Amino acid sequence: MMMSIMERLFRKRNDTASVAKERLQIVLAHERAGRTAPDFLPLLQKELLSVVAKYLEVEDEMIKITLEKAGEVSVLEINVELDKARIRKSLPIAEKPPIETKKAAVGL
Amino acid sequence: MSKVITITSGKGGVGKTTTSAAFATGLAQRGNKTVVIDFDVGLRNLDLIMGVERRVVFDFINVINGDANLNQALIKDKRVDNLYIFPTSQTRDKDALSKEGVARVINELRDNFDYIICDSPAGIEHGALTALYHADAAIIVTNPEVSSVRDSDRILGMLASKSRRAEENEAPVDEYLLLTRYSPERVERGEMLSIEDVQEILSVPLIGVIPESEAVLKASNTGMPVILDVESSAGIAYGDAVARFLGEQREMRFLKAQKKSLLRTLFGKA
Repeated sequence: MMMSIMERLFRKRNDTASVAKERLQIVLAHERAGRTAPDFLPLLQKELLSVVAKYLEVEDEMIKITLEKAGEVSVLEINVELDKARIRKSLPIAEKPPIETKKAAVGL
Repeated sequence: MSKVITITSGKGGVGKTTTSAAFATGLAQRGNKTVVIDFDVGLRNLDLIMGVERRVVFDFINVINGDANLNQALIKDKRVDNLYIFPTSQTRDKDALSKEGVARVINELRDNFDYIICDSPAGIEHGALTALYHADAAIIVTNPEVSSVRDSDRILGMLASKSRRAEENEAPVDEYLLLTRYSPERVERGEMLSIEDVQEILSVPLIGVIPESEAVLKASNTGMPVILDVESSAGIAYGDAVARFLGEQREMRFLKAQKKSLLRTLFGKA
């Protein structure tokens, strides 16, 4: 992906073609990654956020979802950033979280 | 078996119509019954490039709407046997290409032709998506230049997800790269992406390289597909590309910079 140091050193003074190639490779790697993301990811992110938000005070940007392909395996990664999260004072009555979760939440 | 070949690029002005005209003519010259369709509704130009602009009576939209039948709209080429031109409408907008209507026309053409060449409009809107929907093969026309390469990559993504073959889980569309307006001199000076650069980025098999050539403008001036100009480098390169498409092995030509002789430099003949 990145040009080797040797290539950079020996690049001809007017060699704009290699600059073009490098720029294209970077921008296309980015665009292709975005293109393969399935349409449901934003919705999944929104729904997960609403579930988490029932128990913790979280902001939109605290949940990150990525779907990556490594060979034959796809990995769905869900990251919830809890540093700034606060436990909700009034938990939903009908669906109280199990005790363990509460314990864990105390440590937050 | 009839084959639909879409000539596409994403970017405008890279040579889609020139390529459509050349490929259709080349395939017909080799005895294949061929029709070339203009999908650029509202910006009709294939008729001019093919030199049949004064013979257009009915068009693609007329046939879709049932105002005319195929035989009334198809224009038979006077230079090459087996070659037919299917012009588009100059007045209507692109939405006139209904999915069902286009499918009906393509299927009728499949019954009557060996090759159906679809000349796509630029962009990734309805017209371009309609042109690539029925493709069995696609020729991605690309200039060795950043915006063209990026747009070609985008169109490759569309072919993989929005074509009929993709939607119906059939074998994917056969994709071929055609590099146009190539200047070996500028590549040697490091001013232009090389064939290898573009291929490495797009990873699509190369069907041909058309050198930058004055013959292309001359041919369009007179309404003659450039492939018929067998004296020109572009015409010869298009002939090679068609032969490769039909399975012949041919080496790429015009890839080395021409050394200008003193006389040529003095008298300025390129």
